[in-house]
Amino acid sequence: MRHIISILIENEAGALSRVAGLFSARGYNIESLNVAITEDPSLSRMTLVTRGNEQIVEQIVKQLNKLIDVVKLVDLAESPHIERELMMVKIKTTSHTRTEIRSLTEIFRGKVLDVTATTYVVEMTGPSEKLDAFVAAIDPDTIIEVVRSGPTGISRGENGLCL
Amino acid sequence: METERLDTYRSNMFIEVSVELSGAQILVQSLKDEGVEYIFGYPGGAVLHLYDAIFQQDAVKHILVRHEQGATHAADGYARATGKPGVVLVTSGPGATNAVTGIATAYMDSIPMVIISGQVPSPVIGSDAFQEVDMVGITRPCVKHNFLVKDVTKLAETVKKAFYVATTGRPGPVVVDIPKDITDPHIKVPYKYPKKVSMRSYHPAVNGDKEQIKKAVGLLLAAQKPVIYSGGGVVLGEASKELTEFSQLLGFPITNTLMGLGAYPATDKQFIGMLGMHGTYEANMAMHESDLIIAIGARFDDRVTGKLDMFCPYAKIIHIDIDPASISKTVKVDVPIVGEVKNVLEQMIDLLKDHKAKPQKKPLEAWWRQIDQWRSLQCLEFDRESPLIKPQFVIEQLYAVTKGDAYVTSDVGQHQMWAAQYYKFDKPRRWINSGGLGTMGFGLPAAIGVKLAFPDAEVACVTGEASIQMCIQELSTALQYKTPIKIINLNNRYMGMVRQWQEFTYESRYSHSYMDTIPEFVKLAEAYGHVGMRVERPEDVREVLEAAFALKDRTVFVDIITDRTENVYPMIEAGKGHHDMKLRVATGTSTDRELA
Repeated sequence: MRHIISILIENEAGALSRVAGLFSARGYNIESLNVAITEDPSLSRMTLVTRGNEQIVEQIVKQLNKLIDVVKLVDLAESPHIERELMMVKIKTTSHTRTEIRSLTEIFRGKVLDVTATTYVVEMTGPSEKLDAFVAAIDPDTIIEVVRSGPTGISRGENGLCL
Repeated sequence: METERLDTYRSNMFIEVSVELSGAQILVQSLKDEGVEYIFGYPGGAVLHLYDAIFQQDAVKHILVRHEQGATHAADGYARATGKPGVVLVTSGPGATNAVTGIATAYMDSIPMVIISGQVPSPVIGSDAFQEVDMVGITRPCVKHNFLVKDVTKLAETVKKAFYVATTGRPGPVVVDIPKDITDPHIKVPYKYPKKVSMRSYHPAVNGDKEQIKKAVGLLLAAQKPVIYSGGGVVLGEASKELTEFSQLLGFPITNTLMGLGAYPATDKQFIGMLGMHGTYEANMAMHESDLIIAIGARFDDRVTGKLDMFCPYAKIIHIDIDPASISKTVKVDVPIVGEVKNVLEQMIDLLKDHKAKPQKKPLEAWWRQIDQWRSLQCLEFDRESPLIKPQFVIEQLYAVTKGDAYVTSDVGQHQMWAAQYYKFDKPRRWINSGGLGTMGFGLPAAIGVKLAFPDAEVACVTGEASIQMCIQELSTALQYKTPIKIINLNNRYMGMVRQWQEFTYESRYSHSYMDTIPEFVKLAEAYGHVGMRVERPEDVREVLEAAFALKDRTVFVDIITDRTENVYPMIEAGKGHHDMKLRVATGTSTDRELA
């Protein structure tokens, strides 16, 4: 089962490596991980996507909670939530393909951020599957690079992961 | 007039005395304010400012070891014997890396310890400076937490946090890495040691959930074949008294893990011995046949459970532990209770007393009859007629000579198992060994730490000729600080446990488990300024041990030449269940092989 674990962690040097180290030391798998500061500069929020059976995920959650720097965490997959991922794709273009890429970008509600004589940089946010679909819709030979943030998420309703 | 003077006096009393101290002085003063008695350490470049501050005071006593591993083990022994945190001071680079084995040892057994490591000056961190290692990085997987101090004004608070984290919840080692510039004697800042600290991200559990406790008590009263399985958490949580009362109130059989020995009196009739790989037949059979296990401060270690899918097949399991991550980690439990074992046991005792309910008498009697039948196998019996010295016999004699009241430290291997099996610990904190990490070299420095804490107590280090050589240099420390300990060296000229496994699973191909250039330990002990004794015949064991313990103010190295082919029995071999134990084939077998 896929789990999306959202972690509120002290914004201290080494906090990220404590989390990453825990996963490698205990043999847990990380599909994606992103981290950035919150509205409170002393706290970072980390979103981690992992897969495992119920027992493994229970251990992951307990072991993360045991880290002294971890303030709070929640497994977003357990309740209604929204997930978004940011992607930027650099695509080789020719005068023949430009229109097609632009309309494809529009269909996926993306934006063209940068244009050169031979390339486009397309920006897109959404659930990870949508980004997968966009990449699949483009001729792989024209893709120069793909940058993805990994999903971040937030729960629906009044409840929030805060102090 | 009089009242005015009194008021002035009072207000003066409450003026906070703000003193300006250097980082080095702050550290030493913080340790003093924390109530630290001993620091175990070794100087070097990055901690010179600290050592200068130590030199100028005598409240905190520094014990100079001969290798940083010894410092960590000595602090660890001190912590295990007293329950107070052990404190270590090492320099950067090799000083820090040498301490890592001891830090990991403390981590695996949840021992409270604070390790102060020097670091290269902040401006050169990351430049591969002389004696630089990333101590915070290296120790991350084997500490409860670690800190790099970046600001001298935060030093006192960081030290307080380190002690707080190390000693509360599930205890463990905490590293405080201090760059040299932070301890600069020329930079002084106001000092105040915080009385307490709180951390928003750290709230160890205290009380167990009431409903869960009620549910557990219900199961206990309904059980037909119950077993109490308790571990090191009872020792760490100072809950030995509660465990004893709880067990005796119920009249259930109780088994202890290697780390839990002494938490319940081993000489009591309800005690069915240690469980696990080298546990007793009765303890392991009882676990296998049980319909209800209550695990108290134990963590279902692989040496305890044997093959997981054969573990306690008929039992419901209650588990009390302070660490939620220990619960259902390897074995799924039915009633988890997160909290301090002492509090939870108190609540259970109260419930049992309130209910006036007793466990069912008839099934419990039948259960005891079954256990007594297993007991009658006498799985720990050995050949008492052998012309060679049996290691088990030595431990029995050690028990007799010390009247069962010594602090016994051990190294790792066969001798450790024999000490655990044959020395009947009636009190907690008397049995001091590296259970989780299994660190050879632990016993001697640990014994020094114990003896410093309890100068009037008998301290014995049970070891073997392989283990003792891993930290033998600490004999010098034992002389310098006059810590008269007794080293009981079960000398079988083999790495016995390695040899035993090679005999059982590698058709006796004794690959590098043989030692043919063993030093003359008597001379070695004498060279270090101690007394050496050697025993080669069973009939001399008692007399020599008595002579050794009679030398109250000397460290004595008793080198005992034992039957080199003796194995530790009973044994659950890898991949087998509790009910499938290898028992001693027939008394005398190993001796016959040796004599042949």
